Amino acid sequence: MTQVSMRVDGVTYTDEVEPRTLLVHHLREALGKVGTVVGCDTSNCGACTVHLDGQAVKSCTVFAVQADGAEVTTIEGIGSAGDLHPVQKAFHEMHGLQCGYCTPGMIMASIDLLKENPNPSETEVREGIEGNLCRCTGYQNIVRAVQQAAGEMAGRSDTLGAQA
Amino acid sequence: MTVTEDPAAAEVAPEREIGKARRRKEDARLITGRTTWTDNMVLPGMLHLAVVRSPVAHGKITNVDVSAALEAPGVVAVYTGRDLADEQGSIPCAWPVTADMVNPGHPSIAVEEVNHVGEAVAVIVARSRSAAADAIELVDVDYDLLPPVLDMEQAVKGEADLCHDHIESNTAYHFVFDAGEAGTGGDTEQAFADADVVVSRRFVNQRLIPAFMEPRSVVVQPQGDNFTMWSATQIPHVLRVMLAMVTGVPEHKLRVVAPDVGGGFGGKLQVNPEEVIALLIARRLGKPVKWTETRSESLMAAHHGRDQIQYIDVASDREGNVKGLRVRILADMGAYLRLITPGVPALGAFMFPGIYKFPAYRFECDGIFTNKVPTDAYRGAGRPEATFAVERIMDELAVELGMDPLELRRKNWIQAQEFPFTTVAGLEYDSGDYDAATQQALELLGYQELREEQRRRRESNDPVQLGIGFSTFTEMCGLAPSRVLGSLSYGAGGWETASIRMLPTGKVEVVTGSTPHGQGHETAWSQLVADQLGVPFEDVEVLHGDTAVSHKGMDTYGSRSLVVGGTAVVKAADKVIEKARKVAAHLLEANEDDLEFSAGKFTVRGTPGTALSIQEIALAVFAAHNYPEDIEPSIDADATFDPVNFSFPHGTHVCAMEVDTETGFVKIRKYACVDDVGTIVNPLIVEGQVHGGLAQGIAQALYEEAVYDADGNLTTGTFVDYLVPSAADLPHFDTGNTVHVAPGNPIGAKGVGEAGCIASTPAVVNAALDAVRHLGVRDIRMPLTPERVWRAIHQGGDGGDRATAGTNAYGGASTESTAGVSTPASSLGGDL
Ligand code: FES
Ligand code: FES
Repeated sequence: MTQVSMRVDGVTYTDEVEPRTLLVHHLREALGKVGTVVGCDTSNCGACTVHLDGQAVKSCTVFAVQADGAEVTTIEGIGSAGDLHPVQKAFHEMHGLQCGYCTPGMIMASIDLLKENPNPSETEVREGIEGNLCRCTGYQNIVRAVQQAAGEMAGRSDTLGAQA
Repeated sequence: MTVTEDPAAAEVAPEREIGKARRRKEDARLITGRTTWTDNMVLPGMLHLAVVRSPVAHGKITNVDVSAALEAPGVVAVYTGRDLADEQGSIPCAWPVTADMVNPGHPSIAVEEVNHVGEAVAVIVARSRSAAADAIELVDVDYDLLPPVLDMEQAVKGEADLCHDHIESNTAYHFVFDAGEAGTGGDTEQAFADADVVVSRRFVNQRLIPAFMEPRSVVVQPQGDNFTMWSATQIPHVLRVMLAMVTGVPEHKLRVVAPDVGGGFGGKLQVNPEEVIALLIARRLGKPVKWTETRSESLMAAHHGRDQIQYIDVASDREGNVKGLRVRILADMGAYLRLITPGVPALGAFMFPGIYKFPAYRFECDGIFTNKVPTDAYRGAGRPEATFAVERIMDELAVELGMDPLELRRKNWIQAQEFPFTTVAGLEYDSGDYDAATQQALELLGYQELREEQRRRRESNDPVQLGIGFSTFTEMCGLAPSRVLGSLSYGAGGWETASIRMLPTGKVEVVTGSTPHGQGHETAWSQLVADQLGVPFEDVEVLHGDTAVSHKGMDTYGSRSLVVGGTAVVKAADKVIEKARKVAAHLLEANEDDLEFSAGKFTVRGTPGTALSIQEIALAVFAAHNYPEDIEPSIDADATFDPVNFSFPHGTHVCAMEVDTETGFVKIRKYACVDDVGTIVNPLIVEGQVHGGLAQGIAQALYEEAVYDADGNLTTGTFVDYLVPSAADLPHFDTGNTVHVAPGNPIGAKGVGEAGCIASTPAVVNAALDAVRHLGVRDIRMPLTPERVWRAIHQGGDGGDRATAGTNAYGGASTESTAGVSTPASSLGGDL
């Protein structure tokens, strides 16, 4: 067992883990962060996507020990019912989810995409979320949601800029 | 989305909830990660199960040694098939389609023999998920290998190896529907004998995997002699009944809960071996247990879908008036019969005639056992197979006759004024206008321009050719009239039930027997009830998926939820109003007949100012200080709805496809569809269902195939090889609707869950063929991988025949047959 310490959604956790424990299993099983889910065993589906020091990663491709000392943000840490992240809000508004199983990963990947490219075209969104599979939506409304969020986020930062 | 409504539907008042693009109530927990997936559940003392699975497709089990596994750290127990043989019964098959259907029996854990790779042979019980998984490889199982049966056309030959040696052949049943014999059409043989033109084809409708995103998971908690099971299932109600019958746990001692469920598409319409195993082990140990599958397990051991070889003949005169349709199919059951395995092709039997007025029709189906995982429901279940065959053969007939494919369809389809129309298969189609949907779809596509471009590319011999493909489809939805299911030998009915509880504060609880897993019932049902009772949308809570809360139900599949389950909700609301009317009359000191109910209030005709809301009445009967003497103090109500007919959504799907003749790559240039699903309760949800269906139907045409090698190993056993499309693999969809209200239910809805999936596959294949037919291509085997398209163009045939051993669905993987055999027949599970 190895001791790891990480800050997850603003709270620091210190635990003993087996070296082979994947970050996603550590989050779900040790920390109870069950908002992040597992959809495959070959790193194809993206359902497990979280942010590790601000970068989107598939948390099934990272060992918990690799996240020692890191800042992890999961779907549970980006917004809450009364204070949704613009991307969460846009998924709701544009009906970008059905069963919702892919949704935590999709949202985390989309936030990362918008950080890299704040105004993506339809093709850029499709390519940007290529690593995240959704079986329900056919993706069209996910694409719309990401573009809508891009608009809102641009609007918001403009407003902030004007105030500053 | 464009919506064209017929005048009757356009009169809907604007403030009504029905028709509003309400954002979903379900989303709040799903977008914030506050979900209740089964695998999230942790119970005190919970043990974890891991399943040891057969690596061989067919063999006798000669020995199972669990001693090393029992010694492994954290392992609590190990069970083999022998240990559970006396109590596990057989996985139930609810659909014996013929009286003499052969069911070999389906143990949850193999006892003597394994019949497909991935079949359970032992179960580890351990203190943690990883301890259980680690012990799998410590179980030593010896097999005497038997030859695997993999190719249906071989399997039906006289001297074929047997999938099950205790039954006489590989054929489970022979199902026939003959319109002449049924009295719904003429003599099919005569029609063919008299026809000017006969076109015959053999189509392969490949094996698919439902691939819901949430892996299956089950938790069982024993409490005394009671058991609660949480399962990622579409069918908690059906599951409860079946588990009681299979395991002998009395039904009233068993509660089944489907919490948040991450998609199903038919794949979770099952009584899974692992659910039976978890229940039996929890009973043995008296401890809570959990089993959650890995994706590889899911692809290998959860049921598959489709897998038919279709021999189809169409007869017509020279002018293109169709005279007869003859279909013979081999349907792969896999190794066992699960819940509705045999019924899937039989359900399709009635849809092969599609929207066309065939005067004669004969359908024959053989259900064939092979050493592969069983097939069962997958989005559309029987109807996509039928639609594919008829929409493909109509194009082939058009080519033979030198006619425009749309003109041929138009000549033969049911005209708008002919509804209701009884088809040659004996179904009464309810409503629609195929021409209107087609016109609208052509406009959405920009048909003329694309035809023009096609002509230019053809004339200039452009390496990238363009094709346009159609699918003018209908399907039977709203499963189902119970009497009809009875006549088809199905083991249950097709009704649905609902209750409405009027709470003292005026809030409303709606209990539905239809169990969602992504469809948005909580939102749509709230809209129905808000309109019916005149209460705010926000005041309605929809409860479902727990047999202790919603005690009866037939659950969710077959595009039935709104049509059947939604109708039960509406009827329960009507009963609430009738009960409340008596109380209102009493309190308003008026005659019942003088009361009017609208917008949630009772008023006395001709007496302005007197009004009592249904929410006030709910409080009045809660206090129960003052109510009529001849009634009970409650306005709660239940209703059960059993439809008398199916509903028949229809639509026209048009695909424009680019085919690179040099590389074989295909690319959907534009996809347009106009669906008529009857009344639209929530346009956002309807559009979403169409999109999701299109993705799966297009994926069958272009990407997905479950492939077995010559030894019966699934070579598409991960998401690396089984190609669920990503956002980058799919086009933008242009969707629209026409609305012809369904006469069979008060909502007027027809069902939308499967439409896109059923319609799109043939439109895509027809488009690809339209692009390259002038190069001599007659057919391309699905999925249309670049390799297959290239081979079909450059080497003839359908491109599927010469794929090399281990070639996967996309032509890219390199999994070898473990026996090292590389024969043409080995490469595609032998479906040659
Ligand atoms: S679970 Fe991590 S990519 Fe699928
Ligand atoms: S919403 Fe179900 S998998 Fe994406």
